[in-house]
Amino acid sequence: MSDQEDDIILSELDDEELVQQMFDDLYDGLKEEIEEGVNILLERGWSPYKILTEALVGGMTIVGKDFRDGILFVPEVLLAANAMKGGMAILKPLLVETGAPRQGKMVIGTVKGDIHDIGKNLVSMMMEGAGFEVVDLGINNPVENYLEAIEREQADILGMSALLTTTMPYMKVVIDAMVEKGIRDDYIVLVGGAPLNEEFGKAIGADAYCRDAAVAVETAKDYISRKHNQMSAG
Amino acid sequence: MTDALTRALASRDWILADGATGTNLFNMGLQSGDAPEFWNRDEPEKIRTLYRNAVEAGSDLFLTNSFGANASRLKLHDAADKAYEFSKLAAELGREVADASGREIIVAGSVGPTGEIMGAAGTLTHESAVAMFEETGRGLLDGGADVLWVETISAPEEYKAAAEAFANLNAPWCGTMSFDTAGRTMMGLTSEAMVKMVEDLPNPPIGFGANCGVGASDLLRTVLGFAATGTERPIIAKGNAGIPKYVDGHIHYDGTPELMGEYAVMARACGAKIIGGCCGTMPDHLRAMRAALETREPGPRPTLEEIAATLGGFSSDSDGTGDDATEGRARRGSRRRSKAD
Repeated sequence: MSDQEDDIILSELDDEELVQQMFDDLYDGLKEEIEEGVNILLERGWSPYKILTEALVGGMTIVGKDFRDGILFVPEVLLAANAMKGGMAILKPLLVETGAPRQGKMVIGTVKGDIHDIGKNLVSMMMEGAGFEVVDLGINNPVENYLEAIEREQADILGMSALLTTTMPYMKVVIDAMVEKGIRDDYIVLVGGAPLNEEFGKAIGADAYCRDAAVAVETAKDYISRKHNQMSAG
Repeated sequence: MTDALTRALASRDWILADGATGTNLFNMGLQSGDAPEFWNRDEPEKIRTLYRNAVEAGSDLFLTNSFGANASRLKLHDAADKAYEFSKLAAELGREVADASGREIIVAGSVGPTGEIMGAAGTLTHESAVAMFEETGRGLLDGGADVLWVETISAPEEYKAAAEAFANLNAPWCGTMSFDTAGRTMMGLTSEAMVKMVEDLPNPPIGFGANCGVGASDLLRTVLGFAATGTERPIIAKGNAGIPKYVDGHIHYDGTPELMGEYAVMARACGAKIIGGCCGTMPDHLRAMRAALETREPGPRPTLEEIAATLGGFSSDSDGTGDDATEGRARRGSRRRSKAD
């Protein structure tokens, strides 16, 4: 990378080049550039929803894929998500105004006794990056917190995280409580965390175990589209 | 005066460390969600038993029950002000058990991660991290720990903060990281990069290495990565006893004592000098590891294929070192925007 290389002036790029450039800028976690790109596209008459899905979600999909493949790691993803957040802050009020379609809503939190939130935060950010609404309950959540929140927020997805082998069984406590209340099937339940695996997810009655944040996003999209299909079929 | 660990390393080819803390305490009735460090005060006999079990199974060194005894972790149990007290108690109980054992046992004061993110995208400053580690470290030293032992670290920034705290305390120390993401730490550090970081520290540790992570195979691949740099610094290997499975409401690790015995011998052949287990490693595993290390020949350094054949496959194809080093994303074109600095 030579210093003689000309700076790129975002506003001089055509739409297609600009979107490609925003993919690169998201990848590099350049928040100000992303905000500038979003504003330029808005000025050019792009709908907020189109900017979200084509420029931002598109860029975060690349980040997610490279994270999944072990090319990018947590620090880079956090910076990318932060840049994405900058763009989202501009778009959010406009999306509400224009009544853009909702991707889905997720309530997420680390289970009782577990204070780890790096993985959960990463999932939150990647889910937001994919256009989902996310309600983050934070750490150390007892059953009641989850049950109240999914009802209050009319969530589609419940996400639970645990990093400790001592806390992961608590996920089953939450799912059992949902079963008892007869609401288990109203929600998509996704679980994740370092010591978990697919077998564990099945054993406790979750819909899916998600190995990392990128997989969580793919799984969420998959389940939401199935849910929509079911609804239109029903 | 040299510390107990340095003395032991000078006269021994290998040192057997301990196994799991959490898994063992869970079996003693620790409830899902409780902080184990409270037991240093409320259930001291159980903590003595935990330590004694490791010693009786053949460990030459054990870690204290203070992994979460830092202000950042304890605040979630409304006990942020207890970091020093719980650390000191953890080490005092350890000292007691070690001194009563009738042989030379090293008490290593466990210092776990803060659980917060440092660096550009994080919330925890270097200064507060150093202060937290110093508080925990001071408690451990005052309680009689021989060395401080930071473990399960993902971020180089956090490892360095711990090193600085231990320098402030003028304490001998060891430090291991957890390589759980495609053969690297969660923050993307490779085994090779860790060696460089360790050697660049103004107060490098007595020993460094890997703990926890995915399974025993991955851990040994990381140890091979350390050894490939040609480092002379003692390498620590503390791998999990297999992979956690959920059986009848409990977590069970699928690694048998026999398998951990194989792991211990292979870890030594890979270049590790301080060998122990992590999650799922119970006294029976330690006994098998001790027996294997004592009765088996060191043997040549195993290949990745031999490790996989004995202990199971790896969680990822590459660990980011050597010829496998993954390239960054191929850019769309030559056009790049220069960063506005």
